[in-house]
Amino acid sequence: MSTPEPIVTLAHGGGGKAMKDLIDDVFVREFANPALAPLDDQARFDMAALAARGDRLAFTTDSYVVDPLFFPGGDIGSLAVNGTVNDLAVGGALPLYLSCAAIIEEGLPIVVLRAAALSMARAAREAGVAIATGDTKVVPKGACDKLFLNTAGIGVIRPGIELGADRARPGDAVLVNGWLGDHGAAILAARGDLALDSPIESDCAPLPRLVAGLIEAAPGTRFIRDPTRGGAATVLNEIARASAVSIEIDERQTPLREPVKGFCEILGLDPLYLANEGKIVAVVPEAESEAALTALRADPLGREAAVIGHVAAGEPGRVTMRTAFGGRRIVDMLVGEQLPRIC
Amino acid sequence: MKPEQAMKYVDEFRDRVRAAGLIGEIGRLLARNPTARRRPLQIMEVCGGHTHSIFRYGIEGMLPDGIELIHGPGCPVCVLPMGIVDDCVAIAERPEVIFATFGDAMRVPGSRQSLLQAKAAGADVRMVYSPMDALALAEKNPGREIVFFAIGFETTMPSTALTILTAEARGIGNFSVFCNHITIVPTIKAVLDSPDMHLDGFLGPGHVAMVVGAAPFRFVAEFHKKPLVISGFEPLDILQSIWMVLKQLEEGRSEIENQYARIVPDGGNRAALGALSRVYELRAFFEWRGLGSIDHSGVRIRERYAAFDAERKFAVANAKIADPKSCQCGEVLKGVIKPWQCKVFGTACTPEQPLGALMVSSEGACAAYYQYGGRRAAGAA
Repeated sequence: MSTPEPIVTLAHGGGGKAMKDLIDDVFVREFANPALAPLDDQARFDMAALAARGDRLAFTTDSYVVDPLFFPGGDIGSLAVNGTVNDLAVGGALPLYLSCAAIIEEGLPIVVLRAAALSMARAAREAGVAIATGDTKVVPKGACDKLFLNTAGIGVIRPGIELGADRARPGDAVLVNGWLGDHGAAILAARGDLALDSPIESDCAPLPRLVAGLIEAAPGTRFIRDPTRGGAATVLNEIARASAVSIEIDERQTPLREPVKGFCEILGLDPLYLANEGKIVAVVPEAESEAALTALRADPLGREAAVIGHVAAGEPGRVTMRTAFGGRRIVDMLVGEQLPRIC
Repeated sequence: MKPEQAMKYVDEFRDRVRAAGLIGEIGRLLARNPTARRRPLQIMEVCGGHTHSIFRYGIEGMLPDGIELIHGPGCPVCVLPMGIVDDCVAIAERPEVIFATFGDAMRVPGSRQSLLQAKAAGADVRMVYSPMDALALAEKNPGREIVFFAIGFETTMPSTALTILTAEARGIGNFSVFCNHITIVPTIKAVLDSPDMHLDGFLGPGHVAMVVGAAPFRFVAEFHKKPLVISGFEPLDILQSIWMVLKQLEEGRSEIENQYARIVPDGGNRAALGALSRVYELRAFFEWRGLGSIDHSGVRIRERYAAFDAERKFAVANAKIADPKSCQCGEVLKGVIKPWQCKVFGTACTPEQPLGALMVSSEGACAAYYQYGGRRAAGAA
């Protein structure tokens, strides 16, 4: 008879020895770093050391409830690190510290939890951040779906970096660093209810180095955002509204992978609204757009970077696309979630 | 073009050089058309799939003046009346039921709730991509009743019919279909019979024709003397079909032509038609959102397959809820007014809070207009 697979139980959330053992065994071992080591209720940072690297703190948080937990190109652990790291990076910050809170549904195999923690640790190393504090809760079956993670992040911003969605000006170039829609398509395909075999992988990756390279090459950069939920289309709309400008993009310049295009054709989805986890949309003064493009393409995460469109003085808030067919259409905010069309 | 960006057998139908050529031809035909000198020619695309392509590729803006596309009644999601959504919610709320539906039917408003709202309130509503997915749910959950919400024209009818036949063959007892399939031909008739109609020609629904063939559309050409071109869904298909309609008008012909011959056999699909007549029978009438009751425009499941008919199994109330009075969907559908000329377009009726049928799905003329083109034009008009 085989021993049953070890699982997380409500006892692991009880605050006693079982919980301490789980935290030590799964999280602390993987995350090991000086800020975490004291295992106090809070991580403490030296202000002077932070001030030496910038003149402003950036602070952000995000929760990760992805289903499935593991998908081609990533998993909930790498997503929870890169997502928050990228939210800091696109504000021009150098990400330094993360927190990690795990909400675990009882019955989750410990091996699954360990795999997620290992992936977080790996992603944190790659992104150059330390997971400095954390929390673990176990909830009864059905109270959450397997595993939810929350990470908050702190970074510092160098003097002189000023980015904002309201800073786009007519004539500015709009750039992306590569194929759009990979993450969203990969997740939909990985859910399995489509019975589609797909080679699409999530683009989940840390962006601080790429963003730093961009800002160095194009110091006049107006705004950067990672087009996660809602995709590139949503970010473009936010910029157009905040800056009271219009934006026109060119479908032929917009990088889309062949399998993602095919996937969207079959399901009636628009890849411009699919999530990305390793992409930026950047607005850069036209005079710096060549330098920006060169810098992006020099980074392994920016090989397929492209200028996809320009800011104009047209109707404020309006985003349009010049279609590959030669027509022109409005690219609006999505009302709800994208739902596949029936025919 | 990078090889990564060339979609085999799709990009060929989206070629902008060919498009420019066709648009030039369309312009020349229009210039010679005496009617087009007095008023814009009105061509109705019957199918919501065409409407979607027209907006997605920006085709309206590419066409010369003197031609108007009227976005017809062929969006099965849009024309669902509120009463049917209420029936769906009532079935879905039964504790033993797993209610399986296509994704875009989930947002259609009922008088109380949409299916999406019912799901949030606790009903077990699942999104599926085909009726066979629903049948698989039934096999996996023998203790539950799985109800598939069957909607759509002749395009989706055969797959529902085959699923019922499969369920019977496999002896699956916990599966039934809430059948709200509708049929397009009586609806085109109703549009053509309407006194305020002045359409000049039609783009026929390619996917419906793939099942039923060309013959059912003959009355359009023979009785009503209007050209109808069965059209594919790629942008070049649509431009070529418009050109073919104009060519018929120029030559004084009114015929059923098949632009989509690569998919549509003139006689339709005999195996599919066989399954349809085995499983379904015509209803006396069907209530359409925006158009009202149209005789023989819906099908129900035959007595022989009653065990798989959710209407019989759950004694569905057949709730009748009148369309909101302020809606002018019917006039938009017939081309009498443009979407933005409706009293409530973009104000009381938006994609977030649709009042009328045509604002419901992205294939509805008003939603497409709102989303892809006409919202601000509305303000200007």
